[in-house]
Amino acid sequence: MADPLADRQPAPQAGRPVGALKASFGDRRRHVGDWIWPVGFLILALAVPYIQKLLPDGNEWMDMRTVITCMVFVLLAIGLNIVVGYAGLLDLGYVAFWAIGAYVFAWLASTFWNNQEFHLFSTAKETAAGIHVSFWLVIIVGAIVCAIAGVLIGAPTLRLRGDYLAIVTLGFGEIIPQAVRNGDQVGETNITNGAKGINGLDKMGFGSTLDSATGGFLPEVVLSRDVIPRYYIIMLFCVLAVFISLRLREGKLGRAWIAIREDELAASAMGIALMRTKLWAYAIGACFGGVAGVFYAAHIGGANPDSFFFNISVLILCMVILGGMGNVYGVILGAFFLAWLNFKGLEFLGDSFNRAAGTDIAWADKSFLFFGIILVATMLLRPEGLLPAARQKRLITERVDEQSSTLAPGHI
Amino acid sequence: MRQVTGKGLAAVGLLVAVAVWLVWNFSESPAAFLRVSIIGLQNGALYALIALGYTLVYGIIELINFAHGDLFMLGSLFGMFLLAQSGQDASNPATWLLLIGIIAATMVFCGTLNMTIERVAYRPLRNAPKLAPLITAIGMSFILQNIGLIWNGPGQVSVPVVLPNEVLFTIGGVGINSIPLIIVGVTIPLLLLLTWIVRSTKPGKAMRATAQDADGARLMGINVNRTIAFTFALGGLMAGAAGVLYAQAVSTTRWDQGFQLGLISFTAAVLGGIGNLRGAVLGAVLIGFIQALNEGLPHGAGAQWSQSLVFSILILILVFKPEGLLGEQTPEKV
Repeated sequence: MADPLADRQPAPQAGRPVGALKASFGDRRRHVGDWIWPVGFLILALAVPYIQKLLPDGNEWMDMRTVITCMVFVLLAIGLNIVVGYAGLLDLGYVAFWAIGAYVFAWLASTFWNNQEFHLFSTAKETAAGIHVSFWLVIIVGAIVCAIAGVLIGAPTLRLRGDYLAIVTLGFGEIIPQAVRNGDQVGETNITNGAKGINGLDKMGFGSTLDSATGGFLPEVVLSRDVIPRYYIIMLFCVLAVFISLRLREGKLGRAWIAIREDELAASAMGIALMRTKLWAYAIGACFGGVAGVFYAAHIGGANPDSFFFNISVLILCMVILGGMGNVYGVILGAFFLAWLNFKGLEFLGDSFNRAAGTDIAWADKSFLFFGIILVATMLLRPEGLLPAARQKRLITERVDEQSSTLAPGHI
Repeated sequence: MRQVTGKGLAAVGLLVAVAVWLVWNFSESPAAFLRVSIIGLQNGALYALIALGYTLVYGIIELINFAHGDLFMLGSLFGMFLLAQSGQDASNPATWLLLIGIIAATMVFCGTLNMTIERVAYRPLRNAPKLAPLITAIGMSFILQNIGLIWNGPGQVSVPVVLPNEVLFTIGGVGINSIPLIIVGVTIPLLLLLTWIVRSTKPGKAMRATAQDADGARLMGINVNRTIAFTFALGGLMAGAAGVLYAQAVSTTRWDQGFQLGLISFTAAVLGGIGNLRGAVLGAVLIGFIQALNEGLPHGAGAQWSQSLVFSILILILVFKPEGLLGEQTPEKV
C-alpha cells in the first residue's frame, strides 16, 4: 500500500526520523537514539519500588498503593491514546470499558453467583460457592469482552463526524454505569448488585494448583499488602501495552490510523477501509481499558458503580492531551502525574500549603477545577502537549503558520 | 436502497410501540397522564431555552459548547444569590417585579460570561483542528462547575420561591399549578424575541451569513468575530433566563445541575436538528414530554433510567437521522 502521508511531509529531518516517515522511506535501520526512551522507561519502571524507598518521606506522598493506582491510569491512558492520539477519535466514554472490565472480574471471581460452583486455578477456597476463575484468565476474558463491547459500540457510531462521535461515546459512558447501578432488579434477578457494587472479590495469584506444581515459583496468592509484587503485575501490563502500541504505531494499521486522523477523506481515497481501521482502534483501546478494569477490581477487591463517572473519562482524556497526543511516553508521564495529583498529590500539596499559609482550603475536592484549567491551558498554550509526537508537533505548528480559515482535517 | 427501507421499518416499528405504550398508560390513568404532561411542558420550555444556546453556537461555529449547561447552572446560582441578597422570600406583586429584574440581571450576567468564555477559550482556537475547541469546552465546563461548587457548596441548596405557587384551576381532577404556566408564559416571548432577532435584525442577518460561510461574510464586510461573540451572548441570555426559572421551579440549586440538564438540552437540539431554532424548541418539548412520561406514568421505567433513555434517544437520532427532525441534510464539507 502506498503510504498516503509520504507526500504531505516536508523533507525528512536529519537525525531521528519519525516512525511513520521512516517506514515510508523503507528505512528500517535502528539508531541508538531510538532505544533511549524505551530502555530508559523500562529501567525506570523496574526501579520504581527502590526509588520509592529512597524518597524522603516517600510513604507520605508516594506510597506504593498510590503508585499502583497511578499505573492503572497509565494503562488506561495508553489505551485511550490509541483511540484519541493515534486514530483521532475523541472518546468521552472510555470509562465504560474500565467498568466492564471490573464487572467481568466481579462476575467471574467472587461469591456473587452463589447458586453456582465453578473453580479454575482460582485463589479462592475450594469449598467457596460462586464462580472463581483465575485472575490471569479473567484478564484475557476481560480484554476480549471489552474488545467486543468496543466493536458493538463502535459499529453503529463510528460513521459519525468527530464531534457527534464524542457525544455518542459520552452517552454510552453514562448509560453503562447507570445500567450497572440499576442492574439489581432486571426482572427478578440481580445482575450487578446495584449501587452497593460487588465486593469481596478473589485475590490475585495463581491458585494452589499452580503454586505446588511450580514449587512456589508462581505464588498462590498476592495479597493486598504485597504491594511490590502487585506493582510488578500492573507494570507488566503497562509494558505490554506500551510495546503493543509502539509496534502498532509503526505498522500498517498504525499508519492507517494516523492517515485517518489527519485527513479522513484522503485516507479513504488511498484505499484505507475507514470503518475497519477505526473499529480496530476502538477494539484495541477497549482491550487495554478492560485489562485495567480487571486489575483494578482485583486490586481493590470490589467493583463499584461510583468509580465510573464521566469525570474519570475526562481525567483520562486530560492525561492523553497533557502528555502529548500520540506520543506514548508523553502519555505515560502525563497519566502518572495527573493520577498522582488526583489521588494523592493535591491533598498532600494542599495540606502542606494549608500548614504553611495557615489556611483551611479543601484542595482535594477541587481536583477537577485543576483538570479543567489544565485542559484549557494545554489547548491554548501548547496544543501538541508537553511531550508531543514529533510529527504531531510539526503538523500543528504548520497549521498555525498557515492561518487559513479552512478548518483542519477532522472537519469532514 | 434496502438499508433505507430497513431503517424506515425500524423507525415505524418504534413509533408504533411508543404509541401503543402511550395508549396503554392513558387508558390506565388519564389523570397521571395530564399531570405529567404539564411537567413535560414546563421542562420542555426550560430545555428549549438552554437548547437554543447549543444550537445557535453550533450553527455558527460548529462547536458543541460543552460549558453551556454549566453556564446555565451559574445563572441559577447568580439569580438566587441576588434573590437572597434582597432578603425577600414572600410571593407578592413586589417580589414578582423583583424577580423580573433578577431575570434580566441574570440574563446580562450569563450573556457577558458566555462572551468572555468565547473570547478567552474559543476564539484563539478558531483555526485549530476541530477537536481542540471541543476539548477546551470540556475543560471550561469543569472550571465553571467547580466555580459553582465553591460558590454553592457540595450539596443541594434550597431557595425561596417567589413565583405565585397555587392551583389555578382543575381539569379532570388534576390541579393545574401556576408555576408551569408562568414558565411557559415567560419562555414563549423570549423565544419569539430570539427568532425575531435572528430573522429580522441586522446582527441576526450577519449571524446567518457567518453561519453559511464565514470567509464570504468577512469579504462582505461583516465583522465575523463580533458576530460570533454576539451569538454567544444571545445563547447566554437564554441560559440566564432558564437558570432563574429552573431554580424557581424546583426551589433548589445544585452545583452539578448544569451537566445533566445541559446534556438533555443538547439532545433536544440534536433531536430537532442542530442549527435550527424551531427544531431546538420542538426537540426540547418532545424530550421534556418523553422524560416526564417515563418518570411519571404507571408503566414508565422510572427516574433512575431517565438519563439512559435520553441518551438512547440521542444515539438513535445520531445514528439513524443525524440531521434531526427539522434540520436539512447538509453535505459534508471538505
